[in-house]
Amino acid sequence: MSEMKATRDAYGETLLELGRQNPDIVVLDADLSSSTRTSVFAKEFPERFFNVGIAEANMIGIAAGLAHSGKLPFASTFAVFATGRTYDQVRQSIAYSGFNVKIAASHAGITVGEDGATHQALEDIALMRALPGMTVLVPCDARQTRLAVMAAAAHQGPVYIRLGRAKTPQVYPQDAGFEIGKGLVLWPEPEIQGRYNAVLEGDRVFDVAFVACGITVGLALEAARTLEGEGISCLVADMASVKPVDEDLLVKIARCSKAMVTCEEHSVIGGLGSAVCQVTACNHPVPVVTLGINDEFGESGSAEELMKHYGLTSEHYCKVARELTKG
Amino acid sequence: MMHTAGSKKSQIQFIKQKAREIRIDIVKMTAKAGSGHPGGSLSSADIVAALYFGDVLRVKHDEPDWPDRDRFVLSKGHAAPVLYSALARRGFFPEEWLDTLRQLGSPLQGHPDCKRVPGVEVSTGSLGQGLSMAVGMALAGKLDRKDYNVWVLLGDGECQEGQVWEAAMAASHYKLDNLIAIVDNNGLQIDGKVEDVMGVSPIDDKFKAFGWHVFRVDGHKVDLLMDVFRQALDVKGKPAVIVADTVKGKGVSFMEGEKDWHGKTPNAGQLEEALEQLEAI
Repeated sequence: MSEMKATRDAYGETLLELGRQNPDIVVLDADLSSSTRTSVFAKEFPERFFNVGIAEANMIGIAAGLAHSGKLPFASTFAVFATGRTYDQVRQSIAYSGFNVKIAASHAGITVGEDGATHQALEDIALMRALPGMTVLVPCDARQTRLAVMAAAAHQGPVYIRLGRAKTPQVYPQDAGFEIGKGLVLWPEPEIQGRYNAVLEGDRVFDVAFVACGITVGLALEAARTLEGEGISCLVADMASVKPVDEDLLVKIARCSKAMVTCEEHSVIGGLGSAVCQVTACNHPVPVVTLGINDEFGESGSAEELMKHYGLTSEHYCKVARELTKG
Repeated sequence: MMHTAGSKKSQIQFIKQKAREIRIDIVKMTAKAGSGHPGGSLSSADIVAALYFGDVLRVKHDEPDWPDRDRFVLSKGHAAPVLYSALARRGFFPEEWLDTLRQLGSPLQGHPDCKRVPGVEVSTGSLGQGLSMAVGMALAGKLDRKDYNVWVLLGDGECQEGQVWEAAMAASHYKLDNLIAIVDNNGLQIDGKVEDVMGVSPIDDKFKAFGWHVFRVDGHKVDLLMDVFRQALDVKGKPAVIVADTVKGKGVSFMEGEKDWHGKTPNAGQLEEALEQLEAI
């Protein structure tokens, strides 16, 4: 197994890297800096770090004001608070005003674990996707997180970056490059290093195409490896840019796939699955199965137990694919 | 700009004249639009006139994004007409725009949109958010060692929003003496008297307890407002708040102190009467 690292750790390190390059970068947190890893930045740049206390709405407003007056703020707390608790502030103070604020939220999804449903954001992607002008990024590993945070900093406009608590394996063997609005086909593995989407240039047809984001990308890849051994041909695309979603890539995938399976650590309502269905239904209808959490709240348990409980495993993905391809 | 005793008197007269013109704009605009919020716009007309026409706000109409400008945040965004009028009369945009308030395609949205209107710093309308944004601007000013000030106008009913107090806590924690809040204390909100709906008084003691320097003033006495603005600018080491006692609907007899004029607009006859009263001032 490759090196294990949580995306939030990569976020903290990248903030520091960015902070050293750009004096306009400021960071805000709401009393969770040791968990979100903004503490790394705070230690080196205390004058550019604002811990607003347990007052998330105010944090979002202050971030908007800082952006208004020329700063590049990254505001962090748990995903459940960064989106749900402060939805109106994100909507009115940031998105409607079009301010250049980056909301980097950790502890998204069920892998929060033992804290239970109150702290497990399962609808944050849906909430953020619905806001005009908001970019939504869900990186799958530490390397990609670094690139996504860099891309967010370079992007003019509000960005929501969804980060996890749990340590996860590296999906990308090396920096693959990251572009907002672009997805990457990771399986079949590229024949030429780095040419991820070249496989779509041929006329291959796939039995099942997985489209995943975040922690589920690695699981979908595992499933694809197993399924190929059983004679089921697979494609796996990483759709870290959930909004804007890579419509061109999704249509290409739909054209060369008998069925699609979307995978996310999020409600099946309003997240990546919904985005994929919207694109395929309008452009090239193909059967789609949306996997995630089914319209319910999470619960306490270890991250691993919860992943099993909610079917976020490569075994479950294999099972779904087998059923889809059965006569 | 320095004012001698004589010019100070003429400045007060000038502000009063502008406040009158702003009030006329407010009733005309909202009557034409057929919707909008005259009551809370009229109550803050003297405050806004003093800020924009008393050399208080350092702003440039031909360079609205001038980095060193003073910022004005209309946190009570429903009072958009008072801001639109002041900005138009300060030359930020053509006065003809005022006739288009709330119409499809108009830059003058029902609540201020900073992307559409030069001089509008941030989009407001969902109450309770302006003070937080102002804290952010004031922090940026401190970080950049700029000497601009950030002014925020809040409603008294708006102070029922919890976020106002989160921001009040932060402003004093960060010792933002470049931040001045004004509470348009008109005592009324949509459903009735603020004290009946959900009492917020004593507002001044609350801010004091949050670490602010508090001033209280008659929000319709321009000379007193100007004095208190100067004093507020001199406060060091903490933010300042000016609780300005006002009358909702001020200047139009049948609107004064009537909650129903929060979000009701005058018909043709009422407009005529209102204009007669305002032009007679």
